[in-house]
Amino acid sequence: MAQRIDVKDLDVFYGDFRAVADVSMVIEPRSVTALIGPSGCGKSTFLRTLNRMHEVIPGAHVQGTVLVDGVNLYDREVDPVAVRRQIGMVFQRPNPFPTMSIAENVLAGVRLNNRRISRSDAADLVESSLRGANLWKEVKDRLHKPGSSLSGGQQQRLCIARAIAVKPQVLLMDEPASALDPISTLAIEELIAELKNEYTIVIVTHNMQQAARVSDRTAFFNVTEAGEPGRLVEMDDTRTIFSVPSQKATEDYISGRFG
Amino acid sequence: MSGQRLQAEAEPELAPAPLSVRGGGHDRAGRVFRWLATGSGVLILAVLAAVAGFLLLEAWPALSASREDLAAISWIPDDGSLLGYVGPLVFGTVLAAILALLLAVPVAIGIALFISHYAPRRLADVLGYLVDLLAAIPSVVYGLWGGLWLAPKLQGVWGWLSDNLGFIPLFEGPAATPPRVMMTVGVVLAVMILPIVTAVSREVFLQTPRLHEEAALALGATRWEMVRMAVLPFGRSGVISASMLGLGRALGETMAVLMILSPGLTYSWALLMAGRHQTIAANIALQFPEANPLGVSALIATGLALFVITLLVNMAARWVVSRRAAFSGAN
Ligand SMILES: Nc1ncnc2c1ncn2[C@@H]1O[C@H](COP(=O)(O)OP(=O)(O)OP(=O)(O)O)[C@@H](O)[C@H]1O
Ligand SMILES: [Mg+2]
Repeated sequence: MAQRIDVKDLDVFYGDFRAVADVSMVIEPRSVTALIGPSGCGKSTFLRTLNRMHEVIPGAHVQGTVLVDGVNLYDREVDPVAVRRQIGMVFQRPNPFPTMSIAENVLAGVRLNNRRISRSDAADLVESSLRGANLWKEVKDRLHKPGSSLSGGQQQRLCIARAIAVKPQVLLMDEPASALDPISTLAIEELIAELKNEYTIVIVTHNMQQAARVSDRTAFFNVTEAGEPGRLVEMDDTRTIFSVPSQKATEDYISGRFG
Repeated sequence: MSGQRLQAEAEPELAPAPLSVRGGGHDRAGRVFRWLATGSGVLILAVLAAVAGFLLLEAWPALSASREDLAAISWIPDDGSLLGYVGPLVFGTVLAAILALLLAVPVAIGIALFISHYAPRRLADVLGYLVDLLAAIPSVVYGLWGGLWLAPKLQGVWGWLSDNLGFIPLFEGPAATPPRVMMTVGVVLAVMILPIVTAVSREVFLQTPRLHEEAALALGATRWEMVRMAVLPFGRSGVISASMLGLGRALGETMAVLMILSPGLTYSWALLMAGRHQTIAANIALQFPEANPLGVSALIATGLALFVITLLVNMAARWVVSRRAAFSGAN
């Protein structure tokens, strides 16, 4: 289910502007990788290239390779739609479909696969996904209410339930808790710790404590000045990054906010 | 408001602050705006009431006239029943408008989606501009075009329809020549309302939050699946409003119908046969010049019926939109 991701010499462009340069990293299966770095250094940009969501933005393109279990995501024969069905994404702002009920939201991705699932299978899947996202207890009595009737934190967990309902191999999260209160944040962090047993998770966060708490490996991105591309400064075990980083820039960034 | 008041009660020395804010320049602008908004609302209601009152008042002589008096009017059926006169007109009006809507809305949605989500940027801009331009053309031009150019071309199509699908009551033959029939009216009205329905729908589709489109795409939706999951549900109420706009135009369209349709007062479903249908607006334009005072009053009674239809249609649309308001994405 979980798969290893191999990024090699990746450049990302918006039109002529090179936003991210020279990224190479390995993301291990069944682990949580945190991407940290100052605003504008290209974390979101890089994350979106991992399931080809960058292609949604006009003019955005990449150079380099991303191997998922040995297959290059950017190969001509690879269908971006198929990629996104295997590599799920959770966005910074919760985005449940407002026209769908809570249950329909969870099933949205499954229905896309054109799988005709029976009513009872669908109900089971809704329950297991919502349980997986720690939301079941709160919504089990109102599965047919609109998804937008939930609180922000609940909506975000609904989005996670929607993402894991299709049983992806990798889950990408772009600041999933940045719009949430501490309790919802904690719920999401606990959830990430559980999901790690089954999925490969990459999470972007501005919250150093969060990165330290949830991740196994941490990658620090930096950008020297506006107009320059963002680069991967270093990547290491989270504990190492937060105690004895090998680069001065990493130490500055972490201590600036951390100590 | 209540929070402010509570605070003022608990801490009296703070009370002047909200008061002084209320007297400030901001609030004067707010008050002016409120008056303007309320005023315009009241004005619209007043105009609506005035129109309804006028129609009722002017229609009253015909509504209260005896059958003999009505039967004396040349174009009212011999039994002198006003209802028997208005009924087929209402039928024809609604039939024409619904036909136009059925033909136009699916095409309009298709074009609007193509412009908003499929066409390359440059082409989309040109097309969008073109549609806006078409929407601004007066209906009489469509009428002339439909009557003089399109109708002759449709003759063969209607003939084929009645020959091959004549067993369906709607296409019962023989198709009239020249095709001065309801079906032709429906097509021309459809073409007439197509631009406005397209323009409004496109506008609505473009408003789809990027967040929802990306949610669909990130789940592995193809573009069409993304449209179905995010764009269409989001635009649903907007498309209904656009359709109602088109329906309103079709209901009230006079010149195009007048120029195309060979009139008749029956409840017929035969869309390809002449002399079966007439619409209220075209009928008023046709009969008004030669009508005596009672005749004018009878025509105004038909106008009253049109007014009521329009109101009902709008209320129905509102009801449809509000029924799923919680799921609309407006919250
Ligand atoms: N759609 C876009 N078109 C053009 N340039 C973009 C686009 N999105 C991002 N950029 C640019 O790419 C660079 C990286 O942006 P990105 O959003 O990836 O940063 P980030 O690290 O996620 O920042 P933040 O922490 O604020 O979210 C920035 O210079 C940004 O201006
Ligand atoms: Mg970002």
